[in-house]
Amino acid sequence: MEHLELFFKSIFIDNMVFATFLGMCSYLAVSKKVSTAVGLGAAVIFVLAITVPLNWLLDQYILQPGALAWLGEEFVDYDLSFLSFIMFIATIATMVQLVEIVVEKFSPALYNSLGIFLPLIAVNCAILGGSLFMQSREIATLGLAFNYGVSSGIGWFLAILAIAAIREKIRYSNVPPALRGLGITFIITGLMAIGFMSFGGMLTGSDDEAKEEVKTAQIEIIQNASEDLKNDTEKELANNTKVNE
Amino acid sequence: MRLLSKKDAKLITDPLADNNPITIQVLGICSALAITAELEASIVMSISVLFVLGVGNVVISLMRNIIPAKIRIIVQLVVVATLVIIVDLVLKAFAYELSKTLSVFVGLIITNCIIMGRFEAFALGNGPWKSFLDGIGNAAGYGAILIIVGFFRELLGSGTLLGFSVLGDPIEKTGLYATGYENNGFMLLSPMALIVVGMIIWVQRSKNKELIED
Repeated sequence: MEHLELFFKSIFIDNMVFATFLGMCSYLAVSKKVSTAVGLGAAVIFVLAITVPLNWLLDQYILQPGALAWLGEEFVDYDLSFLSFIMFIATIATMVQLVEIVVEKFSPALYNSLGIFLPLIAVNCAILGGSLFMQSREIATLGLAFNYGVSSGIGWFLAILAIAAIREKIRYSNVPPALRGLGITFIITGLMAIGFMSFGGMLTGSDDEAKEEVKTAQIEIIQNASEDLKNDTEKELANNTKVNE
Repeated sequence: MRLLSKKDAKLITDPLADNNPITIQVLGICSALAITAELEASIVMSISVLFVLGVGNVVISLMRNIIPAKIRIIVQLVVVATLVIIVDLVLKAFAYELSKTLSVFVGLIITNCIIMGRFEAFALGNGPWKSFLDGIGNAAGYGAILIIVGFFRELLGSGTLLGFSVLGDPIEKTGLYATGYENNGFMLLSPMALIVVGMIIWVQRSKNKELIED
């Protein structure tokens, strides 16, 4: 159930292009034709599906605070999370190089049509962003990490497919000269993002879970308030006794 | 006496308008849209990119003759990643709240296409001083767009600038709010950033007819 929820959430609600604007540069540059858009989208799904779980393993067993416990007791205090950026980008660059070699071998046509954009996936913010969001949202298991990678990729693929199809159609429309090309693409993407916001209400079905969350939140607030009250009165008492002395 | 020669000065002024990294070169869009809901975040992001691009351009330019061609992307990534880690740690130490707002987008400076783009296009083929100026110029162009978008989004979206209420108090209904004006909350959401940048592109290309594509 958790998997299904994460799947749909990453494709529609947290869509990489429309909610967090990751991968916009290649999104804008490659979306002039549907065929190249499909190729790039498929490559992004593939690279995300491989790199997010790999980076999850890195994060879990090396980078997180306390992650090095498996090496020995004395390593429990180590916190290597500041190395995250460089380690994530290293795995991504390696994986993209591998994907490039594989694509060149098995589908030279796709390789030629993607051109410079295949190596550029290494620096596509969507790929690094996928790993960084996986880390900041504290995705719990390897399976969920794989799920997150694939579904974010599918979301990005959906977005670039849609804008490529629209751009092919508006070539025959009467766009003002100063808006042609880049300008109108920005505005259309904005309108699509507004459309995707309508998915925001999609996963708020489960009322029991929501009520429980609200209850625990209220209990926490009351507990905190009473603790604060206790601390304040103790402080006042201490001050009063000091003054009396 | 001029501080910079004419050609050098062009390296700084070109990216501000005619060769703007965001609106003309189409680089660095991701962060330009995601963090511009507050003017303060835009300013801090611009300064971070200025630092990374300026220093990075100089470092790559100094190393340009000894980097083997096959691994140059990896070398560039290592240089950028190191500089970004420094920026991230400085932000976490001196501006913690802001680093929470910027969250992953500080890390995403690594993949900011402007930085790799300028390394490839300029730093690998030119001397350190010129590369520094080019880096500063492009970062300034990027920053200009970020600040314009951040300005409008924060002003129209929450009626504040850098956190200070400039249109009056929305709850007490003073200032502009007394006439019935309401904050346009939609401006704070992501789609409006795209549309604001589209408007900026429209204005820029109407003024300079040569930039119109076809």
